[in-house]
Amino acid sequence: MNIIVCIKQVPDTTEIKIDPVKNTLIREGVPSIMNPDDKGGLELALQMKDKYGANVTVITMGPPQADLILREAFAMGVDRAILLSDRKFAGADTLATSYALAGAIKTLDYDLIIAGRQAIDGDTAQVGPEMAEHLGLPQVSYVIDAEREKNGNFIVKKENEDSVQTLEVEGKCVLTVLASAFEARYMTVAGIVDAYDKEVEVWGADKLDVDENKLGLKGSPTKVWQSFPKQLKAPGEVFEVSEEEAVEIIVNKLKEKHLI
Amino acid sequence: MDIKDYKNVYVFAEQRGGMIQSVAYELLGKARDLADALGEKVVAMLLGHNVKDQAQSLIEMGADEVLVADCPELKDYLTEQYSQVVYQMITAGCPSIVLYGATTIGRDLAPRIASRLKTGLTADCTKLEIGIVEETGEKQFRSTRPAFGGNLMATILCPNTRPQMSTVRPGVMQKRVREAGRKGTITMFAPKFDTSKFKVKVIETKMNCKCADDIADAKILVSGGRGVHDKEGFNKLQALADVLGGMVSSSRAMVDAGIMDHCFQVGQTGKTVRPALYMACGISGAIQHLAGMEESDFIIAINKDKYAPIFSAADLGIVGDLHKIVPMLTERLKKEVEK
Repeated sequence: MNIIVCIKQVPDTTEIKIDPVKNTLIREGVPSIMNPDDKGGLELALQMKDKYGANVTVITMGPPQADLILREAFAMGVDRAILLSDRKFAGADTLATSYALAGAIKTLDYDLIIAGRQAIDGDTAQVGPEMAEHLGLPQVSYVIDAEREKNGNFIVKKENEDSVQTLEVEGKCVLTVLASAFEARYMTVAGIVDAYDKEVEVWGADKLDVDENKLGLKGSPTKVWQSFPKQLKAPGEVFEVSEEEAVEIIVNKLKEKHLI
Repeated sequence: MDIKDYKNVYVFAEQRGGMIQSVAYELLGKARDLADALGEKVVAMLLGHNVKDQAQSLIEMGADEVLVADCPELKDYLTEQYSQVVYQMITAGCPSIVLYGATTIGRDLAPRIASRLKTGLTADCTKLEIGIVEETGEKQFRSTRPAFGGNLMATILCPNTRPQMSTVRPGVMQKRVREAGRKGTITMFAPKFDTSKFKVKVIETKMNCKCADDIADAKILVSGGRGVHDKEGFNKLQALADVLGGMVSSSRAMVDAGIMDHCFQVGQTGKTVRPALYMACGISGAIQHLAGMEESDFIIAINKDKYAPIFSAADLGIVGDLHKIVPMLTERLKKEVEK
């Protein structure tokens, strides 16, 4: 079985701060990591490799430094790594990103494609389903478990707000995976050593099965018009008083607001 | 077709088990504002099996027209079945804007449609508005959403393709007051299915929610974070919630610790709530948490750490020990109620 896993390098958003003067993101000193849901997806692929035997290929689109997460994937146990890197990809929104990924995947052999549900920098959850549509494949999102049947079908568990569904998918498909369901394995020491001897293939737009006009900024229907830091409302009153006084203050406020 | 010829605001009226979901009504409320600003109509798309009787309810909540696709193939949500029908409705009607709930259904369906239509989609919007372009005086649809874990807000446009599509999380927009007997058009839509594309089937659905009531519907929430420590701590919050006639909710930390169930979680990876009163007890106020509750009408924070970011979002802040204050407040309120 051939499995392709789409991963993304993201800033660790829990570490991001806003420059209060310039109103911009401070990225300096913020570590770049493999997106958590993608890492969950990679773990699912590696579990399938352990169970059924498979070749696992990871693909990412990004700048040259995204090489780092591909090395990490090697150290976790993948067989092949491809970095889609080209100025023509720059400025892509989810549609153009999914189109480029699909254009790369079309040139590969695969039985299953796995992606993370969403990336922590954008939180859109759109690239997986949009890519599935470009490839004309069925999709299951919010996946928490997947098994392969002998006939090539997949039995997939999906977590909704109010239920867990078991679905059967006929043949090739795209699964988007929740990090919470798959605790990713650690890199092995030998894996880390070997990871730097392995080749990361770097592909430009010319290697893909795409119309170049649909890539990057040109191929992106959405545009960021403006961005700004989140405005918090004016802070209210804060009291540092005895517990008895605190209770009185709260009760009076609740009465004033007709909440009791 | 020129993009100026695309008209009307469509809403995907999500139903589960035949029940129209609250988010559909919330979207209709917002769609009404947008359509009025544009001088266009609000059209709801209702897909399911034996659901057509509920179309009038969508009209009473703001729709001018309801497109109903009612057939056994649409009983359960399945990506391809629903995508085919919504795609056909959109290509037949040529709306300027389409809104979906940012639920596990909406976030599965909307990108599929966006990719099929080759148009733009903006996820998890917190604000949708019709602005005026300064240079030309033209009306413009603007979708604002958080990015980078809620640290930054971005306003997104979809200038050259139609429809312009957005998803909105449940609890973010407000429903209109129901207008009983409001008149509108109900149109039955007959989908043409390409069944060769149906590759996914449901084997089993297990309802798993441990909560009978939804925190998003509660008027008062007493919410606990790391400072609550354990189940016993939450019992104190529950006693307070009982006196106030509210519910208990939780921050992510207590869900990850296995103390509270995910369906009680407020925040970016939980639910968005806007109750009349939100009492944050022992919650530090990470930006991801604030994203889920900052629209509450009145926020009270109790926290030992006077530098906790929750105080910047609170209308009333108490620096102190919730384990003492919450039980005292509960006793005091019991007396208040007895009066």
